[in-house]
Amino acid sequence: MAATQEEIVSGLAEIVNEIAGIPVEDVELDKSFTDDLDVDSLSMVEVVVAAEERFDVKIPDDDVKNLKTVGDAAEYIAKNQVAK
Amino acid sequence: MAKIKPSKGAPYARIMGVGGYRPVRVVPNEVILETIDSSDEWIRSRSGIATRHWASEEETVSAMSVEAAGKAIADAGVSPQQIGGVIVATVSHFKQTPAVATEIADKIGAIKPAAFDVSAGCAGFGYALTLAKGMVVDGSAEYVLVIGVERLSDLTDLEDRATAFLFGDGAGAVVVGPAKEPMIGPTVWGSEGDKADTITQTVAWTEYRDGTVDRFPAITQEGQAVFRWAVFEMAKVAQQALDAAGISADDLDVFIPHQANMRIIDSMVKTLKLPEHVTVARDVETTGNTSAASIPLAMERLLATGQAKSGDTALVIGFGAGLVYAATVVTLP
Repeated sequence: MAATQEEIVSGLAEIVNEIAGIPVEDVELDKSFTDDLDVDSLSMVEVVVAAEERFDVKIPDDDVKNLKTVGDAAEYIAKNQVAK
Repeated sequence: MAKIKPSKGAPYARIMGVGGYRPVRVVPNEVILETIDSSDEWIRSRSGIATRHWASEEETVSAMSVEAAGKAIADAGVSPQQIGGVIVATVSHFKQTPAVATEIADKIGAIKPAAFDVSAGCAGFGYALTLAKGMVVDGSAEYVLVIGVERLSDLTDLEDRATAFLFGDGAGAVVVGPAKEPMIGPTVWGSEGDKADTITQTVAWTEYRDGTVDRFPAITQEGQAVFRWAVFEMAKVAQQALDAAGISADDLDVFIPHQANMRIIDSMVKTLKLPEHVTVARDVETTGNTSAASIPLAMERLLATGQAKSGDTALVIGFGAGLVYAATVVTLP
């Protein structure tokens, strides 16, 4: 069963919390990783790799730059995750 | 078929001594900020680099190597005349031929040793160390001098805000000689040429010569792709090197990764789940990224400052342009 959008966002919140120390409640759909959540380009790579493992999805380097907001990432994951 | 005599070498090899040379001029981030729009805080948070050394005109690749080599030879307790091989890992010696190793060998007073350069980017030291070990075990040379040396300031685009602060200059050297037991483990190494564009010289010298471009060639890289590869793929290689040596992370005393960027080092340590007792080389803070020189320079500093001691078990891993990598477990000299 693929993760729901709600599960994806809460999973991303846990990941961002773990990597950048941002409170989980601050991780909302419209928040920008760099501007609002203080996740810089290198931390973003760590977030992406953690998300790949958690949601069984591949996020190539070329696509990472398009994931500006939490919503972008959640949508990308929902579209590309392998249904279990 | 004529019978060929087998070669007779030492049963095993070890690193016997280490030496380093850092150029006199220390360059703080303030100097870098004269040519890029950035801040000290930004540079430190992205790279952990506070200062680096830049070589003067006199501090050539050869001159820095001779200094480092002299210290390594003295530390090893051998004489220059005993050196049977000189291997220089570098990407920033700007005279294509002859190999700078021959000049260095002559200047240190070695007697007609085998001498050649190795181009394997930031993995150059590991590549050269592996060859040196092979030469000692094969009997082609009893003692081999391995040098990692760079003048990356010559290959830095000071107006590129993504890389201007990264690179530094320096030389690190070790002497590899015979051992009665294994003190350099199996090397896990390789290349991924499909990722050649990830870290590369911007253009070929000939393109610059022909006026295709007006900017002098410099090293450029795709930061995020390099970071992902360096942290997550290289952590696997590091683990393979431990497995190949038959030890676990708990057995390690020291971790000396290529000093590319503090963020890569920190993330690798986390990904590898290294125990807290393992001393981690963080020489990048004051030396910057010196490519092939970074591992021996970091090793020398850990030993000189007492953070590591002779006999410690260290995991060394180099990775960089190619992409290439080399990891092995060694006993520190």
